[in-house]
Amino acid sequence: MQNRNNNTIYQNGGTSSFSPSNGINNNSNPLSRSLTDEEFDRYSRQMIVPGMGKEGQLRLLTSRVLIIGAGGLGCPAAQYIAGAGIGTIGIVDGDVVEPSNLHRQVGHATSRIGTPKVTSLITHLSALNPLPTYIPHPCHITPDNAADLIAPYDLVLDCTDNPATRYLISDVCVLLRKPLVSAASVQKSGQLVVLNCPATPQGEGLPEGGKYNAAPCYRCCFKQPPPAAAALSCGEAGIMGPVVGLMGVAQAGEAVKILASGLHAIPSSDGATGQEEPGRERNLRQPTLLIYSYDLDAAVGPYAFRALKMAGRKKSCFACGEGSRARLTLGGIKKGEPDYVQFCSAPTARVTLPVEERITAAAYHEARERGEIAEHVLIDTREREHFSFGSIDGAVNVPFGKLLMAAAVASREGASGNGNGNGFVEKILPEEVRGKMVDGGEDLPIYVVCRRGLDSQEAVEKLRGLGMDNGGRRKILDIMGGMKAWKEEVDPSFPFI
Amino acid sequence: MSLTIPITVDFSGGLEMLFSNKRRHSLSIPALFTEEKDGKGEGEGEGEEEDKGKPVTIAFLVDYLCKNFMKDPRSDLFVLDGHIRPGILVLINEADWELEGEETYEIQAGDNILFVSTLHGG
Repeated sequence: MQNRNNNTIYQNGGTSSFSPSNGINNNSNPLSRSLTDEEFDRYSRQMIVPGMGKEGQLRLLTSRVLIIGAGGLGCPAAQYIAGAGIGTIGIVDGDVVEPSNLHRQVGHATSRIGTPKVTSLITHLSALNPLPTYIPHPCHITPDNAADLIAPYDLVLDCTDNPATRYLISDVCVLLRKPLVSAASVQKSGQLVVLNCPATPQGEGLPEGGKYNAAPCYRCCFKQPPPAAAALSCGEAGIMGPVVGLMGVAQAGEAVKILASGLHAIPSSDGATGQEEPGRERNLRQPTLLIYSYDLDAAVGPYAFRALKMAGRKKSCFACGEGSRARLTLGGIKKGEPDYVQFCSAPTARVTLPVEERITAAAYHEARERGEIAEHVLIDTREREHFSFGSIDGAVNVPFGKLLMAAAVASREGASGNGNGNGFVEKILPEEVRGKMVDGGEDLPIYVVCRRGLDSQEAVEKLRGLGMDNGGRRKILDIMGGMKAWKEEVDPSFPFI
Repeated sequence: MSLTIPITVDFSGGLEMLFSNKRRHSLSIPALFTEEKDGKGEGEGEGEEEDKGKPVTIAFLVDYLCKNFMKDPRSDLFVLDGHIRPGILVLINEADWELEGEETYEIQAGDNILFVSTLHGG
């Protein structure tokens, strides 16, 4: 452990601009100070990587990173951000740790269930590396607080979980000129892209003659959010821990790369690109979108990872394009302009059934207990995986997508009035149920239940549309609130996911 | 008329769900198409110029996919008002379609067209 402060040891792995010092911390420039013994020991393995060196490490030590979201992306990202020795690490999250987080949110712990995620994660990070300064922000990011949260930092990691927040964070990063490392993941897919790096002022560096002159923001790449119904959340669609973890780790990787090499630094004179190497310039102004597709029933395939070339800053971009200064300002955002929630909640045409076509979970249960509902068919439209954990006695599983598909085929072939939905019944229902529905069973009532009570209403409408209600002689009802309501109203022990 | 070109079409980010749960489709699509004229003019025979067909574009492909390969009736998860719905990125040979002319890009033999749904979870 001798020679700790003798910088010669770094020269092999250092960059060419390495400036030797005599090991005495006599320079006020934080980028030319000596490393402490502790820093030297802790960061030695990454400092000897070609391109990093002491200079890169010192840049990390003086950097400030804000991680927004302490969940499936934020936890793995924060571990490597902290491990690498980023000097100041802020973490924003307003939630508390829940048991269902822990399969992927590996910066928390079973013993910290119920505690704020921000403090839980900082507990974990401090044990890993006590040297950085950790700043807890135990709140959600909102239009009102976004600029104040982001301003003190050099770079932002978007580890959040919804479209409205993603647009908000990007807009504020454009206005405050902060590079943004954005990732997202749901079910079996992940995405990662570095935005706004280098951060050119709003409205400048617009493309000319097919040449991109500035890096894009989130809105340049993803101009409009998906319809609310198409935006899946991890809570609804599920999420594989390693998939989201991989994306979070990749975010940390990009952040460390940007900060260690000074890519985040705002150029001294905007638009001056003379000093940049040509390859680097292109790379930054037209970032790569990395997508990861994970298959539960296949080995890693040739298209598991894809690197896609994105366009640069767009003239038409609302946030950073032509005329954007007039429509997007920090003051405006604070006052609620634009309205992010509204922007991301495009109305979706969901079916709402009248009350007489619905029954509460409790009423259904009681009627069954009292024998008022005798023979009937109960269709559960949840996904097979959800159904596999438990269902109401006698329910048959017809996943919603499958039901819609069969209904579409049946209606294309023309509805019939015979109560079997023109072959729909034969195609989709298991034999034991089918048997009950023919030869006198044409008027057997059908109840439909789903997870939370939305799909079931649409399913009821489809079945009616197929003429399965026999002109009103057969009752087709939706169980209100789905299996969630069943758990709440009837069976608290039901394993609802 | 029977001239076709081979391409591969990929779906990602959950869109594969709408296309038989298959991520990659190797297709032979018509090399040329004749534009359907809306409303008038249709029954009135040929227009001024002999319509031999135009090279197929991404716009054609989207319609073609919906008509021939979409197994799921939830087509609004893929197209809205005749265009790719918001929240789906289109990549032509691994590059943002904006770099290639978006819907008007003329598809070449061997092209790879990727449709990716943008994700928001985390």
